[in-house]
Amino acid sequence: MLSATPQTASHGINWFKYASPQTFFPVAGALAPWFAAMGAVLFAAGLYIGFFVAPTDAQQGESYRIIFIHVPAAWMSMLIYLVMAFWAGVGLAFNTRLSGMMATALAPTGALFTFVALWTGALWGKPTWGTWWVWDARLTSELLLLFLYFGFMALQAAIDDPRRADKAGAVLALVGVINIPIIYYSVQWWNTLHQGASVSLKSAPTMAATMFAGMLVMVFACWAYAIAVALWRVRCIILERERRSDWVAQYLKVQA
Amino acid sequence: MNWGGVSEFFAMGGKGLYVWGSYAVTLLCIAIELVSLWLRRRAAEKP
Repeated sequence: MLSATPQTASHGINWFKYASPQTFFPVAGALAPWFAAMGAVLFAAGLYIGFFVAPTDAQQGESYRIIFIHVPAAWMSMLIYLVMAFWAGVGLAFNTRLSGMMATALAPTGALFTFVALWTGALWGKPTWGTWWVWDARLTSELLLLFLYFGFMALQAAIDDPRRADKAGAVLALVGVINIPIIYYSVQWWNTLHQGASVSLKSAPTMAATMFAGMLVMVFACWAYAIAVALWRVRCIILERERRSDWVAQYLKVQA
Repeated sequence: MNWGGVSEFFAMGGKGLYVWGSYAVTLLCIAIELVSLWLRRRAAEKP
């Protein structure tokens, strides 16, 4: 039987070995539960800090507590897009099957976080700005991100051949990357109703330490959740696409 | 501790609808994603 694994005589870990869906499948299956457990623990800790440790905000009262999902979700919506576009680009450049599968596996979770960011933003905007929605740069570009995720998924779903679907999706994902800096810098480039960043790499966060701690824990919770879900989904995609291969037949026989 | 009692916790200083509306929908999204993944996996593992 031909192996997809290149037989190189290099020392150390051969990373290309993991680029084969067959070798990655059990690795993903072993890792996912750990990330899921980590996510659950961090979510619980983050919500505890957010609701019971972090004080009431002097200006906004209690409605600011939406921050503990809004900001992590908004960051994740952009980060997942970048990771998705990265894998799509790798797949396009090196023609590795698993990269395209990773990109496909990330899209629904990215769309979920984008929707959550928009939804919680609307529910935070109403008591804070007096409106659910404005067509300002930040909100509009984030909505465009949601449509980019939907477009990516719809395009891939419309193409029967998975390798061609990967290529088409990759082009769309890479073109859409331009939207990410637009979202991120929109509050600086344009006069927006949305406030500027409270947290940046260059300066200390402009919020109470416990508020910041709760938000950070929720960010890590979202990372762990997204990784777990993406690994589970990529396993489904591998099974679906490699259905006719010997190893999947063997795996399904053992499962049944 | 921020809250005098359970009802105060759920009231969220009068902003309960916004705060709990945010968290409830987020939870719902996560639940839908996990269930749909579970169903997809079950379908994919059917020989």
